[in-house]
Parts: sequence; C-alpha cells; structure tokens
Amino acid sequence: MVTAQSPETEQYNVIGTRPIRPDGVDKVTGAAQYGADLQLPGMLAGRVLRSPHAHANIKSIDTSKAEALDGVLAVVVNADFPRAADQEVDTGEGSANLKWVLDNVIASDKVLYKGHAVAAVAATDHHIAEDALELIEVEYEVLTPVLDVRDAMVDGSPLLHDSLHTSELDGSKSDNASNTASHLQFTKGEIDAGFDEADVVIEREFETSMAHQGYIETHNGTAYWRADGTLDIYTSTQGAFPVRQQVSALMQLSESQVKVTPMEIGGGFGGKIPVYLEPLAALLSQKTGRPVKLTMNREEVLLATGPTSGTYMRVRMGAKRDGTITAAEVHLAFEAGAYPGSPVGAGAMCSLAPYDIPNQKIDGYDVVVNKPKTAAYRAPGAPQAEFATESVLNELAEELGLDPLEMRLSNASVEGNTTAAGMPFGVIGNVECMTAAQESPHWQSELEGPDRGRGVAQGFWFNIGFESSAYGQVNGDGKVSLVLGSTDIGGTRASIAMQMAETLGIPMDDVRPQVVDTASVGYTQVTGGSRTTFAGGWAAYECAMDIRKQMSQRAAQIWEVDEDAVEYGDDAIIRGPADEDGNAREIAFKDLAAQLPTSGGHIVGRADVNKTSSGPAFATHIVDVEVDRDTGKVEILRYTAVQDAGTAIHPAYVEGQMQGGVAQGVGMALNEEYYYDESGDLKNASLLDYRMPTALDLPMIETNIVEVPNPGHPYGVRGVGEVPIIPPAPAVRAAIANAIGVHMTELPMSPRAILEATTLGGD
Amino acid sequence: MASEHVVVNCTINGENQVFLANERDSLLEALRDRIGLTGVKEGCNNGNCGACCVNMDGRIVNSCLVMAAECEGAEIRTVEGLADGDQLSPLQNAFLEQAALQCGICTPGFLVAAEALLEQNPDPSEHEIRYWLAGNLCRCTGYDKIIKAVQQAAGQSVV
Repeated sequence: MVTAQSPETEQYNVIGTRPIRPDGVDKVTGAAQYGADLQLPGMLAGRVLRSPHAHANIKSIDTSKAEALDGVLAVVVNADFPRAADQEVDTGEGSANLKWVLDNVIASDKVLYKGHAVAAVAATDHHIAEDALELIEVEYEVLTPVLDVRDAMVDGSPLLHDSLHTSELDGSKSDNASNTASHLQFTKGEIDAGFDEADVVIEREFETSMAHQGYIETHNGTAYWRADGTLDIYTSTQGAFPVRQQVSALMQLSESQVKVTPMEIGGGFGGKIPVYLEPLAALLSQKTGRPVKLTMNREEVLLATGPTSGTYMRVRMGAKRDGTITAAEVHLAFEAGAYPGSPVGAGAMCSLAPYDIPNQKIDGYDVVVNKPKTAAYRAPGAPQAEFATESVLNELAEELGLDPLEMRLSNASVEGNTTAAGMPFGVIGNVECMTAAQESPHWQSELEGPDRGRGVAQGFWFNIGFESSAYGQVNGDGKVSLVLGSTDIGGTRASIAMQMAETLGIPMDDVRPQVVDTASVGYTQVTGGSRTTFAGGWAAYECAMDIRKQMSQRAAQIWEVDEDAVEYGDDAIIRGPADEDGNAREIAFKDLAAQLPTSGGHIVGRADVNKTSSGPAFATHIVDVEVDRDTGKVEILRYTAVQDAGTAIHPAYVEGQMQGGVAQGVGMALNEEYYYDESGDLKNASLLDYRMPTALDLPMIETNIVEVPNPGHPYGVRGVGEVPIIPPAPAVRAAIANAIGVHMTELPMSPRAILEATTLGGD
Repeated sequence: MASEHVVVNCTINGENQVFLANERDSLLEALRDRIGLTGVKEGCNNGNCGACCVNMDGRIVNSCLVMAAECEGAEIRTVEGLADGDQLSPLQNAFLEQAALQCGICTPGFLVAAEALLEQNPDPSEHEIRYWLAGNLCRCTGYDKIIKAVQQAAGQSVV
C-alpha cells in the first residue's frame, strides 16, 4: 500500500495521508444502519402497485378488496394526496414542477412508463402487502407509447402531456403541445466561417441507450407521521435537506414539520436525490398512525428509478491539416423520460469544454418519452455528450494522421479561455492531465497482438459548490465532535474531518465526524456534483477557524491578556505574550480543551458556506482492448486513468472514485442498456440481464492523480467523483477502431452491436 | 393466501437460534427480519448481486435463494460472525487499510465470499480472486481495491 504523501501535499500534516475512515469498522462488521435496516416500534411494511403499461389512461382504481384483506391497514392512491399547487420545487439538482414530481411518485390520470406507481399498501408484514397488490383493480385505456427520442420529436407523435409546450430559445412557448420540453443553445464565433477554414470535416451520428446508476442498495423510505402533525422521514438519500423540501411541498407541510434522518446509503451516483417512496410512506403513516417502511425490489429500481438519458446525437467537427480545430457543431437530443428534466443542459455545457475551439454551435433538446423519469447519474449528461465529441475528435486525428493526445494538447483549453456556455476557466489541469498521460508507462508501452487496439479520451466536468454546514464541539478530552449534514457515500466523513484536523493542527483521529438529521445541522446540499469534499471541507475549515478564534479568546481570558496578543499556531499550540517574569505563555489545544468546562464553558464552532464557485475537473484515460471477432466481445486489457484532483485530501478514496468511475464508464461503453420491446416493456429488468461489470470483466485500473490546486479553495480541492465516468466510452470506442478498424456509432458497444457492425463491414 | 409458519432450529454465528419463520421467508428475510442480522444485505433478491451472501454449512450461498424453512439444523455464518469480539479478522482489517469499500453495502457479501475463498485457497492468484468474486457486484470501487484487500489478507505483497 502506498503511504507516502505526494510532493504537493507534503506541506500538510493530515491532508494527503490515508487514514482509515471513521465509519469503516461499522461497515465491515455489518453494524452500519442503512435505510432498509431500520426497525421502529409498531412499524408496518409497505409495497407499491406499478403499471404494467408504458402509456395508458387510468380509467378507475378499486382498492376495496385490498383494504378488506386481513393485515392491510391502508391503501393510498394519487387522489389521497393534497393537491399539489402549480409551483416549482428544488429537487436537489435543479427544480421541477411540483405536480409532475407528485405524478412521478404516484400516477394521477395517466401512467407514463412501465413500473409507474399507481397505488401503495401498508400491512402488518410485506408478504401481506404483496398479496394486497394483487387485489387492487385498475382499469387502463392503453395508449401508443413513444419510446425513441427522435420519434417523440416528430409532429403528430403521441403526446405524453397535453399541457407541455416547447420552451424555445427566445423564451417563448410553442403554439402546439409537444414532447420536446425545451431547446437550448450555446454559440461562439461564426460557425459557417469556421467550417470554411477547415481542411477536413467529419460528421457522425450516435445513439446511446438509457443506463442505470446501478447502486447495489435498492430504494427505501420510512415515515412516521405523529398525531401532532410532525413527520419523521428515514431514508437512504444523497440529500436529507432536498428530501425535506420535496416531501414538505408534496404533503403541503411546512419545512419545520418535517425532519429527515439520512441513513447510511448503499450507493447513489445521482439516483438517490429524487423522492420515490418517502411521500407514499408519509401518507400511509398518516392514515395508520404508525411508522411505515417501504422498500423497492431490484425490478422496481430498474423500471421506475434513475436512469440516465438515452440520446440521439450528431457532431460535425472541422480541422486544419495541422490539427487546429476550427469549428464544431453539436446536436444533442436527450430522453428525459416521462417528465421534463434530462441533463442535456449539462451535457451541452461540457461537450466541447476541454478545447479552445473558436467557432461552436451546440443545440440541446429535452424530450419526454414513455420511459422512467431520468435522474442525475455521475456527471449527468456529460458521458453521452462527450462520447460524441471525443469520438469525432479521435476520428479527426486519425484522418489527419496525428497523435490523438498531441492533437488534444494543441487545441486544449487553458486558463483565460471561456467555453461556449460562458464558463471562464481559471487555473485548470487540462493540459497537465494530457501531459501526464503522454508520459505514463501505459502510453509509452507498445501494444502487440491481433485485434488489439489502444484508445484515449479526455473528460471535463464543471463541479459544483453550494451550501454546506459544519458544527464542531470541543470536548474535554481534546477531541472535536464534528457534525455534518452530508450523506457519506464514499468516504466524505474522512475527507471532511481531515480538513478540520489539518486546520486545527490535531491528528485525524481527534476529529469525530457524524452525519445527522435536518433538525441537527445547518442546511447542506446533496452529496453529488463532486461538491461534498469541496464545500463540506470548506465548511469544516471555516468551522475550525471559528474554533481557533474561540480557543484563542479563551486563552486570552485565562491569561488576562489582550485577545489580539494571542495566536493559534498550526501546531495546535496557543501562544500569548510572555508573563511578568518573562516566561512564555503557551498552552496546547488538548490542555486548553480540558480547562474549558471550568474557565467559562465548552466551545462550539460553526460554519455555513454557500459557494457559487467550483474547481473544474479534467481527466485523460487510456485503454487497451482486444476484440473477439467471433463473439463481438471486447476485453479490457489495460486501463490508465489520469485526473486532476486539485488536492487529493485522501488519495486512496480519490483513486477509488477514479476506479469506480472507470468501471461504470466501461459498463456504459460495453454492456449496459435499457432494452425495451415495442410495447414499452423493459425486457432486462434484473441484474442478470442488466449486465454491470463484475470483478472478472476488469483489470486493475491504474491511477495517476495530478494535483493542480484549485486557488478557489482553502486546500485546493476540486472534487473528483464525476469526471472519471466520462472518458471510458470514447476511449474504448477509439481502442475498438484501432483494433478492428470499425468506428462504432452506438452505446453500448455490446457483442451484438460489434457483430452487426463487423458483419456489415463497418463504416 | 394465509401463510403457515414453521419453527427453525439452526446455528448462526456459533449460537443456537430457534425462530418462527413465515413459510414464504427466504433465509435473507429470516436473518434480517426475524433474527435482526441486518448486516446481510438485499441487492437484487434473485441471486445476481451477492450482497446477501452467507456461509451455510461451509458453502457460500445467496441467502435470498434459500428458504428459511430449509435451514433446519444448518450452520450459518454471516458478516456479523467474522470478527472475534472487538478483534477484526485479517480480511476486515485489509478492507479498511486498502480502502476497499466506498458505500459499504456490498462489503458484507464480499467479506463472507472472500473469507471462504481464503479458507479453500490461501494463496489465490489475481485471476482466481476475480473469478471467485464474480458473483458479488460492487458498483463503487471498480473492484481494484477489493482485490488488493484480499491479496493483503492472503499475505501477498500489494503494490
């Protein structure tokens, strides 16, 4: 195991080391409490009835037989909810129309995808609840489903929502109802003039399938609605506060009536930001007066939660013979699922950002189809959009006979550039990642053997900041209880506590982090957007600075000296002016902590931050593959991920994010797809048929952490979670082309797709 | 549709257990809902993810595919039985030291499966580890650090 700090973090005591995570023991002994593990006195079990149709009007629902079943205590349908006003609600990563949020939780007049919730049951045990579902009678009028983004955009296509009109570029709404919810555009320079300057122009079309986040823990939600009108929610969520907002809005309660306790979470990747079960559990609890726990099974997760958008994309890119890219045009049509809100905007923002291209035109369309409402999935929108742009760039390099990394370097975005979406770049590590990849043992090695190929791709994600809160109580034993609102999905208790320990000059073990409920800490946004170590760490830093100040004040009070004459040293020694006898006045953090109770009371530090800035993330990936021409199977032989982390607070967990992102990206590249039949029935709603990478499908994933500190953060953090999912698909595509000369145009590049492409002679 | 109940006698983590199972309960449901061993996790409930994997009479089984009523007389070990009091097993320590977990939901299944591997094959190759653990899905780590943790627990040098 690597234990040395990097040259960039040697200046620190705690940052850049690899301590064992504070929640580690509970997670290797089975003691950690995830949402489904919760048991409350008198708790009922709930199940959800789901639509067998992709598109249908609900004519009637009769729940009387289910309600009469022995052991059933309540059945709820959409009509039992308070009428949601026509308002926007913050859903954690953006906002959404409240009626649509409720209709996605439980269908009102129409079901819009197979698996759409129709009714929910609470019973004394889950077997009875399941039996009750079979007794609910729903009469449907089946409608023609719309399953493909291009079909959905055609005039005359069946409409999902009669009230949906396209938001046009000028802000107006289309006259006719449409499945296209919105059109957005980013431009820069003169696109036609840019293509006129090009010596070579390549245009390609791509289709990608919906893919699921694939967290191993299924969704859960427990609610206890008390007689006094207060509502407790326990759930595995990426954001307890956004759950509070969504649930209070849906139940028409005030925020203060709702307390959300974030349980341990078994993966999220963006998919555990929306609410699904929590409002149903709340209403069932209100009806029964007892706590109700709802859980999904895996089929429900695949049918009715997540996924990320399927897309149709078109990219045209032109370059001069020397490799200078003169123009790029990007068309992105994203499936939002049943309600508006695909990540096409983020995809459009990211699509060309790694390159300083003078003339750009990027169009994005958000389109509803009869599939589950999409949710955020790790760098939402960017893996698809950058698959398209990186793939065309790779083909341009090939056409021009240029090294793909050299061509990237000669067009790379650097400090001072601004993207087409108007994002100005400060200090970024784009070039540093490309250079580190060039110098890597992998890129320097020879790849030999038939049907083997190498590919490379770049990735960009903007990262976000926003609100985080931290409280720190100094205990008499010299340790600090750190209270956080951020769900810990992948080691953020550690990465945030480390920044507090660094700031206070005390060992990591002396900071004891806890994740608490929404009534016990300040507002904290979701664990997502690669923001938690960035903004949570910043809050911990400011909280520690508050503690430093208060500890200095206390020392001044004890010594009876002027506060300004006391300093808190980075070695956790508080120093004041010499006393009358000339002796140094100094006291260690631990010793002063022991005196707090008798010198005026305990000290609590606090900080709330709201950062609108962020540190953009770049990554360069290299992959070697071997293609089996008989089966179409692609084997990953070697993989190297290079990424700028800014500062790697806990390098092992940074590597883990990089490796995990690669694995998901490889899954998206090679296997993972939503396979629908013409009726809109998802044919692979199990983990046998929705094929995520196993340990046997991947090699060791080599990591190279580049550290170009983010000047906009006290410790240079950028955020690392999302960007590594972006480069795998275009890198694997380039490697396949290098191996067998076939340029794939769809994701996943499954054995079927490869065989079809090779049988048809490729392009 | 009323369910019958059955009395099951078995040994779980070295302790005799007698419990009343619904005849429709899987071993997974019985362990979690009747015994309270919630370290055993449900990920798919049809044998494809390995999160619920437990050791039953020396064999690794997905507890979602075993009926509780089948466990009469069985000897069962779950993640809760790996540590000796407050002494973690070498595998548990290796998972912590190698940062082999992120969200932790798959970890109990991986630990139980990997422990059985090392009992049968104390010095496995990387390929053997990957093959053995291919029935356990992890979505967070890309498996790299899990493989390294098993190698560390096997006493192999880990880069």
